[in-house]
Amino acid sequence: MPSAHLSVFRGTPQSEGEYVAFEVPVEEGMVVLDALHWIQANEASDLAVRWNCKAAKCGSCGCEINGKPSLACKTRMSDFEPTETITVEPLRTFPLVRDLVTDVSWNYEVNKRIVPFSPPTDSPQADWRWQQEDIERVQEFRKCIECFLCQDVCHVLRNHETERPFMGPRYLVRTAGLEMHPIDQADRTADLKDGGVGYCNITKCCTEVCPEHIRITDNAIIPLKERVADRYYDPIQIVWRKLRGDRSGKGSGSRAGESLPVLSGGSAAAPSDTTPGADVGGGADGADS
Amino acid sequence: MSGSLERHPHDVLVIGAGGAGLRAAIAAAEAGADVGLVCKSLLGKAHTVMAEGGVAASLRNVDDRDSWQIHFRDTMVGGKLLNNPRMAELHAQEAPDRVRELESWGAVFDRTADGRILQRPFGGHSHPRLAHVGDRTGLELIRTLQDRAVAAGIKVYMECTVTHLMTWTDRVRGAFGYWRTSGEPVVFPAKAIVLATGGIGRAFEITSNSWEYSGDGQALAYLAGADLIDMEFVQFHPTGMVWPPGVRGLLVTEAVRGEGGILRNRDGERFMWKYLPEDRRHEYAATDEEAARWVEALSAGRQTDARRPPELSTRDNVSRAIYTEVKEGRGSPHGGVFLDISYLPAETVRRKLPSMYEQFKELADVDITAGPMEVGPTTHYMMGGIRVDPETGATTRAGLYAAGEVAAGMHGANRLGGNSLSDLLVFGRRTGAAAAAEAATMDEVPQVDPVQIRAAMDELAAPFAAEPGQDPHRLHEELQATMQSLVGIFRIEADLHEAIGRLAGLHARWPSVRVSGGRIYNPGWGLVYELRNMLIVSEAIARSARQRTESRGAHSRLDHPELSPAWGRKNSVVRRDGDKMKVATSPLPALPDELRQLIKAG
Repeated sequence: MPSAHLSVFRGTPQSEGEYVAFEVPVEEGMVVLDALHWIQANEASDLAVRWNCKAAKCGSCGCEINGKPSLACKTRMSDFEPTETITVEPLRTFPLVRDLVTDVSWNYEVNKRIVPFSPPTDSPQADWRWQQEDIERVQEFRKCIECFLCQDVCHVLRNHETERPFMGPRYLVRTAGLEMHPIDQADRTADLKDGGVGYCNITKCCTEVCPEHIRITDNAIIPLKERVADRYYDPIQIVWRKLRGDRSGKGSGSRAGESLPVLSGGSAAAPSDTTPGADVGGGADGADS
Repeated sequence: MSGSLERHPHDVLVIGAGGAGLRAAIAAAEAGADVGLVCKSLLGKAHTVMAEGGVAASLRNVDDRDSWQIHFRDTMVGGKLLNNPRMAELHAQEAPDRVRELESWGAVFDRTADGRILQRPFGGHSHPRLAHVGDRTGLELIRTLQDRAVAAGIKVYMECTVTHLMTWTDRVRGAFGYWRTSGEPVVFPAKAIVLATGGIGRAFEITSNSWEYSGDGQALAYLAGADLIDMEFVQFHPTGMVWPPGVRGLLVTEAVRGEGGILRNRDGERFMWKYLPEDRRHEYAATDEEAARWVEALSAGRQTDARRPPELSTRDNVSRAIYTEVKEGRGSPHGGVFLDISYLPAETVRRKLPSMYEQFKELADVDITAGPMEVGPTTHYMMGGIRVDPETGATTRAGLYAAGEVAAGMHGANRLGGNSLSDLLVFGRRTGAAAAAEAATMDEVPQVDPVQIRAAMDELAAPFAAEPGQDPHRLHEELQATMQSLVGIFRIEADLHEAIGRLAGLHARWPSVRVSGGRIYNPGWGLVYELRNMLIVSEAIARSARQRTESRGAHSRLDHPELSPAWGRKNSVVRRDGDKMKVATSPLPALPDELRQLIKAG
């Protein structure tokens, strides 16, 4: 049986991380997660890796494979040359727990601050009628499996480019799914502004790594940016609102704003990590959310 | 770690955050309880996300001839009448409201032409009944419930494994576990506990289940003295991927057959015609032509008098058919059979089955719009489990409740596709509400016995010091091989006897399992407790299977191929007796006359 060469990051926030080499036998159709499982079963039973479904449906096994944010369950060994070393590292944007596992609890905190689905109070569900084409865009956003690869690759989060809050692509997608829902009544425009939608400069890296092929930038972020621009920066709209006495542009009722947490701490303690702000954050015990 | 042991008291503690656990937590919180929700993984990753085809409910949006009564009958017939009739009744009656409620909470189901929730046909269902979102319905369900739970402010403890239930004076009073991210122990004193931990698939080699499905809830309940019933009924889903090896067992949704997928053997024969049970043959098309008319009507969204294709027989039957075809030498190159949907327009296949299209393209280099898939049976679902009261989900142990796959009774000897998601919603809600109601009658959160906590902490530490040291992975492989080869789709006395012997041997080796490394996120260490649980449920499955000397639903005995009327009146019961497992039977709950009439009406 042919074998593959893996170089897997191992370490904790307290220890100097290292890359450990493994020779893994390869069978047809094998994915990187299979290789990691082989290592667990045969070489290092304590190798930490998050996974659940092994079918690209749960989004647990995100890591960086040869530098690219990827799902380990979806990355086939046959995508690499037999002589190539396959380097597997944790998501660098989030604080390290151990080996390939990072503390992603910040994402769950951001999520809590998004105004939830708000249907009209005067229209019972029994009366709701939508056409398939009315919901196709929302269904695209709801395909998200929360693997956080988009959060990982986003330079605003990865390089800690701002000390102001930025919710990141995942939660812009979630917000877009609510904002474009056919009957949702809430207005999240102020939260989007406070949540830093303006920080996105449309490099589309998030769209490129999305395993669900959600067109994050084009279909979610850009329309949301337009809503914020219309509300806050369009002079005609501002005058019109003043004439009508509409105060909704003030961000009142926002659940985001100051309470939105900023991603602090650095990335995984990978020695090859050259991104700024790579100091190791706490929160390895952040399981309690 | 002594003295300052972390404690989180709650009125209601829910263990497991899949569909049932989330729905229970929401119901308990709505009833005013202070709720804690513990899960082994991150929130939103539970196995429910793997559910693909849909949630069964007689909404009557696609076919107004449907009703809860027909849904009830289909469920009972599919379960070979071993179901708890009251559970099947409640389920059929309440499922439509639970689905509508999901929509009112933000779920976005596929639509009919007149703008309502679309429903698709599935095996064993008389009418198109499954509300769905393409083939990712489980993700929609879990995300909707997750958002609802978060908005309700429910306290969630992620990546926390519960290893012990704490009991005192005949009552369950708390749970003990450890943080996977730190290895530190934690105690959850609670007035009432809901188990919603899912299934047992990891006890088998070929399974559609994730690593989490290690029978935790069944084993915790058993150890706490609660009854398990019907443990011999393990559902082997007919269509898992068989190739490539890395994805063997991965689910291929029944929706492929629901949308018109045809099963053929190596000779091109549509073999399901041969395997339709005589007493149900009248429900299925008589010819290829009639089956094709049914598929056409489905695609056009209109009702038809054509009967459904033979591929939509119940899962137990289709699994046996595929197994038999392969065993008799008519299988596909990689040991399965062919499932073909490629005769439909490529655009239709991609729209109706987007994640199947992706799954085969990305993992097997197969374009399902251009050619057939190869599929074979895979361990999928546990019909048996913890005995519960139909109305409340109360187990036979005070203070302990169960809902979802971990509970038993609803599905009898075989579950219909789509009835699992509706089960989670109906009984998750009932159980959460009942646990909250009981908690409301108690003054304060109980104290947990410090002696039991100490014992649990010692047990957690043991695998780091064990000598001579068994490798947990090797033990797991042996367990899976035993269950796969001796307690699989077709069973026989001698195999089951041998399995029970081998399991006893593995059990004897378990205390000497040794793990390396530290406590922080150590999967080898986690496997130790999951192995304990898998050994318990595996023994319960094998012993119950040996006891039931008949073939019914998912339980097929080669040495007892007939349905036995006497066994049809009994549930198998597994109970702890000191260190021994006792297997017995108990009479099936009575079937009221009006429900009996409903079943006869079919």
